[in-house]
Amino acid sequence: MNLVALTECLTSASCLVTQTTSGLIIGMLLFLVAAGLTLIFGVLKVVNFTHGSFYMLGAYLALTVNGLTNSYFLAVLAAAIGVALVALVFERFFMSKVYGSNVLMQLLVCYAFILIMDDAVKIIWGPEFKSMGMAAAFQKPPLFIAGGIVPVFYLFLIIVTLIISVVLWLIITRTRFGTVVRAAAVNPSMVSALGINTGLVFSGVFMLGGMLAGLAGGLAAPVRSLTAGMGFSILIESFIVTVIGGMGSIAGALLGSIMIGLVRSFGSIGFPLFVEGLMFLLMAIILILKPSGLLGKEG
Amino acid sequence: MSERPIVRVDGLDVFYGKSQILFDVGLELKQGRTLALLGRNGAGKSTTMKAIAGVAPPRRGVVEIAGANVAGRPPHVIARTGIGFVPEDRQIFPEHTVEENLEIGAKKGPGGQDAWSLKRVFEVFPLLEPLRYRMGGRLSGGEQQMLAIARTLMGNPVVLLLDEPSEGLAPIVVARIGELLRTLRATGATTLIAEQNMHFCLGVADDAVVIDKGSIVYRDTIAGLKANEEVRRRYLAM
Repeated sequence: MNLVALTECLTSASCLVTQTTSGLIIGMLLFLVAAGLTLIFGVLKVVNFTHGSFYMLGAYLALTVNGLTNSYFLAVLAAAIGVALVALVFERFFMSKVYGSNVLMQLLVCYAFILIMDDAVKIIWGPEFKSMGMAAAFQKPPLFIAGGIVPVFYLFLIIVTLIISVVLWLIITRTRFGTVVRAAAVNPSMVSALGINTGLVFSGVFMLGGMLAGLAGGLAAPVRSLTAGMGFSILIESFIVTVIGGMGSIAGALLGSIMIGLVRSFGSIGFPLFVEGLMFLLMAIILILKPSGLLGKEG
Repeated sequence: MSERPIVRVDGLDVFYGKSQILFDVGLELKQGRTLALLGRNGAGKSTTMKAIAGVAPPRRGVVEIAGANVAGRPPHVIARTGIGFVPEDRQIFPEHTVEENLEIGAKKGPGGQDAWSLKRVFEVFPLLEPLRYRMGGRLSGGEQQMLAIARTLMGNPVVLLLDEPSEGLAPIVVARIGELLRTLRATGATTLIAEQNMHFCLGVADDAVVIDKGSIVYRDTIAGLKANEEVRRRYLAM
């Protein structure tokens, strides 16, 4: 524990800027993963334990496409589309077979997929840590904001993830697809009686969730070391986020993600050996105060 | 019976788990006519409606819509053949606005019909227009019933299935719903109404079938049923 360092940081503008930026990046990337997780849970009522694997796959796809084309943009695009397709296949041929069966069965299907994906990654990309490297466009001197160091890429990540969040919000609240998705989350049988194929809606939601995770993996690839199993820690964090924010609430996921991001970045200064613990502590406190999560519905 | 019915239900058996709810139910619905399905609480009215709409798939029997058997098909397929189902408890989406509820129901009819639009709905249901941005969960029972009917009409159905439209509503609201159904009938709508309340159906329906303990026990015109005191006393709690 190093409370002196934490106090020093909290009273220094430059340290505040640096840590807040890094907290926001952790938070916003986490949000992309958690938003898909909470969306899938809200509509399909299944917890998609493979979500971390989607994130991992996104990162590796980006690595390969970046290597082939030398374009970070194409790499991220490939990550999003590639993972969306994998998510579609997984939903159609595996997950949709266990909707409505007990959670243990769903967990088993997901866990099998996690193991297969991890091994597939080891076979295709090798077991050692990989790093993608920073795209040339971002190899610029960092910005100094109030004395704090902010790499250009960090600023880019924050802006892009914010734009994605706004687009996601518009899709959910303003489009017919979003309207139907929200209705299917509440009453799928009525949606179906009105002539809408809810199976297709479910596939669409799963694809969208997978795409967001792939996008997060692709975007994060330059600043993360890639390894089989990297999906697991983000899965755990996404869970914490969904629980904190309220299962099924996208706004809650945003709030929870940013909280976790800031706890991680400032916690690493004040409590360097207890960062993981801090996240669980935060979750425990919120669950005691509001068992359904910050923006979750009671009952 | 020269005219071919739009909906023909025959030999319908429906089970919930191991218990049989419907026994060999059959009925026919003709173009432009309104048929009342009457019976006591628990007689099997709702189950019949749900079986036709595909929400409670029958174990045996035929549900023919315009000559095609759709028994056992998923609800969205049946809806697209032209069945517009308005369920008993209305099932309005509570956190969607009135307009969004209507939009979810919007689709073309099986023959490409697109007579119903938001504009037309607000003409026929003028009470809904000022409520268009209100959440479905914040409407009164009567408003929800109207919205439920309007939402289904947005899908341009060929046949309207109304399950207990008067249930739980104040008499003045029931009268208004009745008026609305007469308006729809005047436009040539084909409707099946499940009701406990025969009086509600008197001015609305042409024909009547009575269901009791899961079987159809009586078929007549609605006027014939009104005149038949014995059947009414035996099968309909008045």
